[in-house]
Amino acid sequence: MSDTDLLFDLTPTEEQQMTREVIRRFAREEMAAAARAADEAAALPEGFLRKTVDLGLNFMPIPEALGGVGAGRSPVSNVLNIEDLGRGDMAMAIAALAPLSVINCVMDYGTDAHREMVSQALATADFTPAAMALMEPGIGFDARSLNTKAVVQDDGSYVISGAKSMVAFGPDARLVLVFADTAGAGTQGFLVAGDTAGVHFEKEDYMGLRPLPLFSMTLDKVALPASARLRDDFDIKRFVSLCKIATAALAVGTCQAVLDYVVPYVNERVAFGEPVSNRQAVAFMVADMATELEGLRLMAYRAAAQAEQGLDCTRIAFLAHRNAIKYGMKIGTDGVQLLGGHGFTREHPVEMWYRNLRALATLDGMLLA
Amino acid sequence: MINLELPKKIEDTRALLRQFAEGGFRPLSRKYDLLEQKEMPQELYDLAKLLGGGRSRMESGDGAKAKADTRGENRNANNMSMVVSSAELCWGDVGLFLALPNVGLGNAAVSAVATEEQKEEWGELFASMAITEPGAGSDSAAIKTTAVLDGDEWVINGEKIFVTDGYRSKQVVVWASLDLKLGKAAIKSFLVPKGTPGMTVTRVEHKLGIRSSDTAQIVFENCRVPKANLLGNPEIAKTAEARKKAFGGVMQTFDNTRPMVAAQGLGVARAALDLTLELLREKGIELDFEKGYHQMSAVESDLYDLEAEYETARLLVLKAAWMADNKQPNSMNASMSKAKAGRMGNQVALKCVEICGQLGYSKAHLLEKFARDSKIIDIYEGTQQIQQLIVARQVLGKSSSELK
Repeated sequence: MSDTDLLFDLTPTEEQQMTREVIRRFAREEMAAAARAADEAAALPEGFLRKTVDLGLNFMPIPEALGGVGAGRSPVSNVLNIEDLGRGDMAMAIAALAPLSVINCVMDYGTDAHREMVSQALATADFTPAAMALMEPGIGFDARSLNTKAVVQDDGSYVISGAKSMVAFGPDARLVLVFADTAGAGTQGFLVAGDTAGVHFEKEDYMGLRPLPLFSMTLDKVALPASARLRDDFDIKRFVSLCKIATAALAVGTCQAVLDYVVPYVNERVAFGEPVSNRQAVAFMVADMATELEGLRLMAYRAAAQAEQGLDCTRIAFLAHRNAIKYGMKIGTDGVQLLGGHGFTREHPVEMWYRNLRALATLDGMLLA
Repeated sequence: MINLELPKKIEDTRALLRQFAEGGFRPLSRKYDLLEQKEMPQELYDLAKLLGGGRSRMESGDGAKAKADTRGENRNANNMSMVVSSAELCWGDVGLFLALPNVGLGNAAVSAVATEEQKEEWGELFASMAITEPGAGSDSAAIKTTAVLDGDEWVINGEKIFVTDGYRSKQVVVWASLDLKLGKAAIKSFLVPKGTPGMTVTRVEHKLGIRSSDTAQIVFENCRVPKANLLGNPEIAKTAEARKKAFGGVMQTFDNTRPMVAAQGLGVARAALDLTLELLREKGIELDFEKGYHQMSAVESDLYDLEAEYETARLLVLKAAWMADNKQPNSMNASMSKAKAGRMGNQVALKCVEICGQLGYSKAHLLEKFARDSKIIDIYEGTQQIQQLIVARQVLGKSSSELK
């Protein structure tokens, strides 16, 4: 229950509604239409990132004094944007939003100097690649006890060593927000320039998200000044929750794309003299898909609204993330199933969404709500 | 502005009802489950008075206006209050909740259309709803009970089953056809006070769960009621189109009631989860919502799943109620909420029995009762499959003749 005693309400603000219209059109025209070719080419469409700048998303949370819009930090707005871009294409959505996630995290936990630096570096007329690096190689890493270590030196500076995975843009990233374990203070964030000495990237290859340039990152005794570290009050618990919420929002957008595609397909596909959707075995699968998607959307919205109001969102974010993985994969699988053998071919996008939705379980710390 | 927390006013009521459910219902739960008696438990009747006429007033619609909390265009009103209250009371006990006189399923139908004179004449309202027949369940348009006008009276003939509160209620709202040839449009509802000659309760069911609530079979043999006891419009629509619309109006009441029944599933599920977590705490198992998925035991993993399913169903119910409060067409969302919460309530309660092993299966605890009570919520007010049909038709844009 919130202190401000708001009413239960599912109506986005006017600004959010206007932004949604713009982003949805962009997702249809610039993303969905280009998604298959980008997947085959394993590369983002030419000029795509530049076009995302016109959406103005990076400028929203940055204060006016630093050249931004000063709209404040809004996890709810972020969730709506992630959902709508994810509906266009999951890989492209992550690429477009990775720098914004760095900005958001720095607005939350950076010093004034960090905020100024990041605003200048990333809120630019051209797209400037940047990414967060939380995840580590291997099975089941724990954000609360990372293997990447930041060791404080006598002069207060840090030396970081370790390995990260699924870092967007890799060597092209102007800034990487690296998370590392500091003895005593647990997980902390460090702003690292992509070309810092001791940082190495290697291209990674995954079953899905193929247009997204993902890299492993090794940090070999990377020396950083004390000023590279985010503020002391960095809240790993809230940070992880905001990441989980973002992943849930990506699931909502992609699952909506699946539903949007299978509905006309099963209505048009004829078997035994009538549309296959006239049969309950098919229709009920679609009904459950729509129901679980609606439930997942509400979970993501609730967690984001809690975060926005300063409430503890840990529980709902955790549960939303769990259901995002569970139903994201289910809807991805059912999407292929509903198209039968055609769903298995690369003529239709459902096999691509099937592959992309499997990333949900491992997208920890790529985007921030 | 998007916010999915409850406003303080509703949250305060919820907290009060939790106390009532815990202090009033729970001590009676096992007793009346075992007794399975037909007569109204007097101590429940006393409790109902304690709960006050507030709920009846809320249902009548007058209270809805007074209760509505409106900021700008947004309203949190009667539907939202009702789903939250129902869930909370059902956390205490679904069977006892159903047995409350002021929860009579026919009450709303009566108070919506009755005149002041009729309300006076019929007295304290505890109306059950008689729709289902031996040959017509989900397909409520196929009922065979008839009502024929003879002078100033309707003469009702037919047989009704599965009437919740049918034995204990003071009035019965019965669905009957004015003309079987005209199908759905000719179906009207009639109020029959108990004691009316020709109406007989012939049987009270023995059931898997909700045993403290009576479920009756009622036979109508030349049962005569005044002409004015037909609730609503007595006209039969002339054209096929108008007939369709008329029955649509009848079915629309389900858009409001389905989320409320779905809320019963929320109550039972929360009750089962709370008890399970309490029993597991003694074994040193606590939920930690920061835990990594690779560090969980199978039992813990199940518990997080159940929590996630519960919260998801809860939000679907709240959304359907919120839409109704804000006059948004919510037929699909009402069915989504009922399909999900009905299924979830049953799955959660059964899984809790399994997780708690011998304690879950034993009558020493209420978990086995929750598992029995939960099943009916996935059936009445439209089975899960009927809800799936409705959702599918809406999503796919199909008519009821295309998708059967």
